[in-house]
Amino acid sequence: MAYETVIGLEVHLQLATRSKIFSGSATTFGAAPNTQASAVDLAMPGMLPVLNEQAVRYAVMFGLGIGAQIGKRSVFDRKNYFYPDLPKGYQISQFDHPIVGRGSFEITLADGSTRDIGITRAHLEEDAGKSLHEDYHGQSGIDLNRAGTPLLEIVSEPDIRSAEEAVAYLKALHSLVTYLGISDGNMAEGSMRCDINISLRPAGSDTLGTRAEIKNVNSFRFVEKAILHEFERQSDILEDGGAVVQETRLYDAERDETRPMRSKEVANDYRYFPEPDLLPVVIDDAYIQALADALPELPVQKRHRFMQQYGLGGYDASVLSDSRALADYYEAVVERCGDAKIAANWVQVELLGQLNRSELDIADSPVAAGDLGGLIARILDNSISGKIAKQVFEAMWQGEGSADDIIEARGLKQVSDSGALASMVDEVIANNAAQVQQYLEADEGKRKKLLGFFVGQVMKLSKGQANPQMVNELLAQKLV
Amino acid sequence: MTIEQDEIEKIAALARIRIDAGQIGEVTRRIDAILAMVEQLQAADTSGVEPMANPLDATQALRPDEVTEGNQRDAFQAIAPAVEDGLYLVPRVID
Repeated sequence: MAYETVIGLEVHLQLATRSKIFSGSATTFGAAPNTQASAVDLAMPGMLPVLNEQAVRYAVMFGLGIGAQIGKRSVFDRKNYFYPDLPKGYQISQFDHPIVGRGSFEITLADGSTRDIGITRAHLEEDAGKSLHEDYHGQSGIDLNRAGTPLLEIVSEPDIRSAEEAVAYLKALHSLVTYLGISDGNMAEGSMRCDINISLRPAGSDTLGTRAEIKNVNSFRFVEKAILHEFERQSDILEDGGAVVQETRLYDAERDETRPMRSKEVANDYRYFPEPDLLPVVIDDAYIQALADALPELPVQKRHRFMQQYGLGGYDASVLSDSRALADYYEAVVERCGDAKIAANWVQVELLGQLNRSELDIADSPVAAGDLGGLIARILDNSISGKIAKQVFEAMWQGEGSADDIIEARGLKQVSDSGALASMVDEVIANNAAQVQQYLEADEGKRKKLLGFFVGQVMKLSKGQANPQMVNELLAQKLV
Repeated sequence: MTIEQDEIEKIAALARIRIDAGQIGEVTRRIDAILAMVEQLQAADTSGVEPMANPLDATQALRPDEVTEGNQRDAFQAIAPAVEDGLYLVPRVID
């Protein structure tokens, strides 16, 4: 039987505040253990939480970014469970009055098509500390630096239908929150952590199957692998006439499998109740409007503008608008060279290819946008061919200067002098009598193919510097 | 009886409260009496009354995003039963 996958994602996004959500401790990543844990974070008796305005602001900005209802009166609740990295015995979270209500946003798939994914809600909460289980004489070590770090938990509707869509959703979310500047989006440092709810149902069915929840998957690649694995596991169970058990599972990246968490780790009875130490958070329309007015152009808007203004396809536009830095770079290249499509091609293929191979970020590109634009301008004015341009780009990457410097120093300027080209064409015709004969006897269709041979010979003779268009024209004239 | 003994046992386990077997009946009876009183309160007509999250008629004050707390690890760890490498040591929790 064919099954449809139904996926909902819960993303825990770490907000880029300087201090914690309820205390004045720093949130800097990588500090020595417990040096950023104050009396509030340690749950010393009598300590009271005071809410960080910036965390509220970032949450509202996210809500505006997905066109959601903003909770003008949101309430904090206690989520009760015992674990040593949660010293209070409860996590301050939000339950039935979250700060961000229902919204949605658009994702782009590899074929350029788009889909809207619903967001159920997003709420503010505090992170827990970290438990280290390597051997401390049979004990566990607790680092509370992370305790109290502000998180925005973003819950999607079960609108996602495949691993590809899940990854596209996470990438779009990553792009949105980094555009907004509300999170650094650094997955390796845990700034975006993901729980996956996944169930299967017979294709065409409208009812939801029993779901499993996979906890704490921390990279795009692992999300994809965990979903593919879970699809196999659940469809095997259903094929055998069995029933999927509703449970929480962990993804084990090393063994590429999911396995159930021990039941005692799963406290599913959190006994939420309103947090008596915090008052309701009231946000007025002026506050929301001021933030709305200050929002930057968001990735989806930028993508649509790139399609309209530059005539790009959906996928290219989505790649180039993925981060603000890349989008700005691309627009600077276009401005310098004047051709949006060739610029899109060069940025995506040559530049991003080199950056990926060198594991560099766009901000650290050794080739500045203006210089890449300058190189493309030389292709456009026929100073060099696309092939030579790749050589020049290599040299630019190695820091040998601007495109013009390199073309000059290496004598790469395209030969567009018709006299010089004509003599090369004559030489090639003279040296390849057999092919000329073949060409003259061939029909129209075959001639095209054979012409390529002669063009190749002339290019070789000119060390790649002949203007290919002129060579084509000259050959067509002379081969009669 | 509106609450059963096994529910009391479950709540006690979640709250990490140990109730001796000899006391569980008495605890159940007393909590049940409290719930009976709550039930009386529930008879009040609350339609049109907005649920209250906090009895104070006020809203949350917010603090600016500034780091105001320095490192006081030595002071805090001086009163901890066991520490090592800057970590608090606790009975092993198995993942």
